[in-house]
Amino acid sequence: MTKRGIIQNTGFTLLALCMAANIVFLGAIIYFIASRGLSIISWEFLTQAPREAMTLGGVAPAIVGTFYLTLGAVIFALPLGVACAVYLTEYSPKGWTVNLIRISVNNLAGVPSVVFGLFGLAVFVKRFGFGISMLSGSLTLGILALPVIISASQEALMAVPQSIREASLALGATRWETIRRVVLPAALPGILTGVILSIGRVAGETAPILFTAAAFYVKGYPHSAFSEVMALPYHIYALMTEGTHPEIQTRIAYGSSLILLALVLSVSMLAIYIRQRYRRGYNA
Amino acid sequence: MPDTSNEGTVVRSPAAPNLAGGEIRINSDLLAGSEVFGLEPKISARGVNFYYGAKRALKNINMDFSPRLVTAIIGPSGCGKSTFIRLLNRMNELVPGSRLEGEILLDGLDICGPACDAAELRKRVGMVFQKPNPFPKSIFENVAYGLDIVGVRDRLTVEEKVEDSLRKAALWDEAKDRLRESALGLSGGQQQRLCIARCLAVEPEVILFDEPCASLDPISTAKIEELILELKKSYTIVIVTHNMQQAARVSDRTAFFLMGELIEYGGTGMIFKAPRDKRTEDYITGRFG
Repeated sequence: MTKRGIIQNTGFTLLALCMAANIVFLGAIIYFIASRGLSIISWEFLTQAPREAMTLGGVAPAIVGTFYLTLGAVIFALPLGVACAVYLTEYSPKGWTVNLIRISVNNLAGVPSVVFGLFGLAVFVKRFGFGISMLSGSLTLGILALPVIISASQEALMAVPQSIREASLALGATRWETIRRVVLPAALPGILTGVILSIGRVAGETAPILFTAAAFYVKGYPHSAFSEVMALPYHIYALMTEGTHPEIQTRIAYGSSLILLALVLSVSMLAIYIRQRYRRGYNA
Repeated sequence: MPDTSNEGTVVRSPAAPNLAGGEIRINSDLLAGSEVFGLEPKISARGVNFYYGAKRALKNINMDFSPRLVTAIIGPSGCGKSTFIRLLNRMNELVPGSRLEGEILLDGLDICGPACDAAELRKRVGMVFQKPNPFPKSIFENVAYGLDIVGVRDRLTVEEKVEDSLRKAALWDEAKDRLRESALGLSGGQQQRLCIARCLAVEPEVILFDEPCASLDPISTAKIEELILELKKSYTIVIVTHNMQQAARVSDRTAFFLMGELIEYGGTGMIFKAPRDKRTEDYITGRFG
């Protein structure tokens, strides 16, 4: 084999090993969590509220709480984020102001989540007087999801070929008609992917709801936007740090982790599916 | 205005289809006077200068386009021919930092004036682009889109007009069984005819073709050319092309652009057989460009 052939093979082997390492990490996490948590999962665990100081029953209120918090965050962040992305890519004059906004959005993505939590506490809980509630938690999570949704939407909008914008304008459509009827539908798969990825992120966050929404134990299910809620990530945290029966609580924590992991992974799979399905779109 | 005492070159009448009409004496001034052909100009460019930032892309263009004629604009890459045609439906105003001087009249109305709305103008002046650019929607929706924009919403009328437009664009027979399928599944030539159908549905008065065959094979090109000859019966047509044979085949009048200037404009037969300017002759005989 020639020298260049050896270098090439070594390179490919290294790349393959790196890829394998990634799969090993993911596999290890799933195996580790599943082996410790699978035994506790049952129909009862999924559908019942905790009983007897967290040692019996299930995590249903936490699942429901996480669902509501995430839904609230998306309802808040989706229109705001998409509108912002549309403005930035389609309307605003190019220049330093747009760059500044773009940089700010990217920096927002880099803010640690516990800082969002403190912000939510100061603004939504105290200032607006929403208290520790689903509303405060959803708004905080929504702000956390904004940068992900904005940048995904911007990328999706910019990927729409200029030629079909021109096609629409040349038919006598206004810029707004063009955006609403041609550009947004074409960008929708990309936007949805961003939204779903942000759901994955939001559903698993603990710090932002720590001070704004979550409670260790709430009797029954949340009945209004102003209720405190249980949520899976915080439930796991609480089980591992508080309570009087560490052994059984640890098992429940692993079970809850497995459910959270399954939820987040299936949401990501959905994103991949949607992207694949619509990818063979334009630029044919 | 043309000076009628000028030499009066003998050419075939550009107004006659496929250049086979009787011979008449015409005067080919740079303004290639529509008066000579006895027609009011549909579009007139008067003293048009166009700038991309500081770069002057068009230099004092004066040019008339007559109804029911095909006018070809030829010239080497970068000569400003695409820039010019895109002024006629104000597509260039989307380019940041661009600036227009002079005026462009459509039926005597200044299209850049305060009385003219760009979207309304583009309903009257349609455009077919260099690369086929169907929407990522079904064939039917592609044609129906423009109808919706102009306010035609009645389902039966829409269906009727979609069929009619596809027939006029010679695509109906190939597309009628797959109207609900994605337009992106069509071949390049079919996509371009779909774009023409989409443009026709809006019922424009003028159709601008910006190198419509640049990305098509010879058979698709022949179909588009046939179509252009058919369409000129009812529309004013302007076509930008790189392909001189194409200009000779489809156009009644030809304008030669070079480095942002209109060098020569006249009947196609004359431009190709007896160009008056040395540069036109050099370009047509393939000495550059």
